[in-house]
Amino acid sequence: MAEGLIAGLVVFVLASFIGFEVINKIPPTLHTPLMSGSNAISGIAIVGALLVAGDRNWSLTVILGLIAVVLATINVVGGFLVTDRMLQMFKKKDVKA
Amino acid sequence: MMDFLPSSIQLSYLVASALFIIGLKQLGSPATARKGNLLAAIGMLIAIVATLLDRAVLNYEMVLIGMAIGSAIGAIMAQRVEMTAMPQMVGLLNGFGGAASALVAVGAFWKVIHGVNAIPVDETVTIILSVLIGGITFTGSLLAFVKLQGLISGSPITFPFQQPFNITLLAGFLAGSAYLIVNPKDTTVFLALVGISLLLGVLFVLPIGGADTPVVISLLNSFSGLAASAAGFVLMNNMLIISGALVGASGIILTQIMCKAMNRSITNVLFSAFGSGKKVEGSTAAGIEGRALRSIDAEEGAMMLGYAKSVVIVPGYGMAVAQAQHAVRELADQLERLGVDVKYAIHPVAGRMPGHMNVLLAEANVPYPQLYDMDDINPEFDRTDVALVIGANDVVNPAARSDAGSPIYGMPILEVDRAHHTIVIKRGMSNGFAGVENELFYKDKTMMLFGSAKEMVTQLVSSVKEL
Repeated sequence: MAEGLIAGLVVFVLASFIGFEVINKIPPTLHTPLMSGSNAISGIAIVGALLVAGDRNWSLTVILGLIAVVLATINVVGGFLVTDRMLQMFKKKDVKA
Repeated sequence: MMDFLPSSIQLSYLVASALFIIGLKQLGSPATARKGNLLAAIGMLIAIVATLLDRAVLNYEMVLIGMAIGSAIGAIMAQRVEMTAMPQMVGLLNGFGGAASALVAVGAFWKVIHGVNAIPVDETVTIILSVLIGGITFTGSLLAFVKLQGLISGSPITFPFQQPFNITLLAGFLAGSAYLIVNPKDTTVFLALVGISLLLGVLFVLPIGGADTPVVISLLNSFSGLAASAAGFVLMNNMLIISGALVGASGIILTQIMCKAMNRSITNVLFSAFGSGKKVEGSTAAGIEGRALRSIDAEEGAMMLGYAKSVVIVPGYGMAVAQAQHAVRELADQLERLGVDVKYAIHPVAGRMPGHMNVLLAEANVPYPQLYDMDDINPEFDRTDVALVIGANDVVNPAARSDAGSPIYGMPILEVDRAHHTIVIKRGMSNGFAGVENELFYKDKTMMLFGSAKEMVTQLVSSVKEL
């Protein structure tokens, strides 16, 4: 019964370490884009939402799943687009007129 | 052949996870950050398409309609949001992510209780955990959004017996969880747990004051990741677990950085309601009584700046509130025209979220190599002719270094008092967020320029132009 849970925990802990290692080196200048970008990644809940909402037969589960799909998509699309909008503004030297 | 589709879905998840990691890594340098974000977005697309191929997903029309609605709302939000409102935007998106994760868990619960099989304990536990984290993230983020947007007061809201009440709720949650593990099909108890989770989110953000929002936003960011991970445990889906863990780690790192920048522990931020009812001891104030300020006008200020060799600009949130960043950039341009070396010193908590000030200045076309972090700029102040402080107070208060009795003692500051001269643009003599007197203002080499940030900087620009 617990085998799946333990396998999941292994993945979780290792992924956390990778996260710490990768993100520790990000300079303060980029903290806001990092936050909105990682925020978009947390919209991965959309995968769960799709799986829950995918049933052909209507049920409360499907309705909740569909609401989750909408919310998670806002999270994903809004997060990635706004991050891109911010990063566009980071320039080395502006072109002097 | 039977296994082909499921394994290819799993492999797609692996690719997507790898893209997330590479994307996050590339977000670490301004030169590659945009590409990194794009890679992460591609990873997300791969994960979504792979999931749509899953046998469990049959309800295509509705799912696609849902995604279309979500995409439209998300795109409009991303287009319209002002850069000063970025903390609210991120807060709101955090909340949506948390809500989605919680809904997935509730949906999964509904599915299993109507199934014929007995419900394994680990499934109940993961569902409870997912509802708890997702619920807290959802309402906590919404409240943070409402506070940041100014819909309600940003100051800490406290009520009597707040802590005992919270502890009782938490105890109730634990008791309910224990009951549900034994009787997994009790929907009333389950709904009560959902309710408590939502309430806990509100109670968690309620007592946290405006200036602590960088910490709260970072922490909620971490929670939104953990919520996704928890939902991953419910569905036994590695994609969710990995991505959630990455975001969780990122949020925790940022939370730590913010706490360190304010010299406070995370428990202190969450439970102390800083700045409410805490009276500052008169130790510094006594020495300051009766000392004179040196006030100058824009023309004198422009003279000092224009004939300096090096100027360091220290922007605070006051500058952002006044929307003075474009004027500041213009001032820097004019000074550079005169051959002055201009740098910007950014304190980690200068904005309303980590790195916020950098984004605001980038929006005003300030080239990012001119932006210096606290640790890089502090050694430079000795060699700086003029430090120009615009709308910042506590982060430049030397008491943090010298006065052990001060509430901000030990907080890392920008050491502008080491510069040859300091010009402070300030609206009036009100104290900063910490409510502490700032002895910097009374130093002999400090000149005060009273007025709104935007007006004063604009005046400086026109005076410098005439030099």
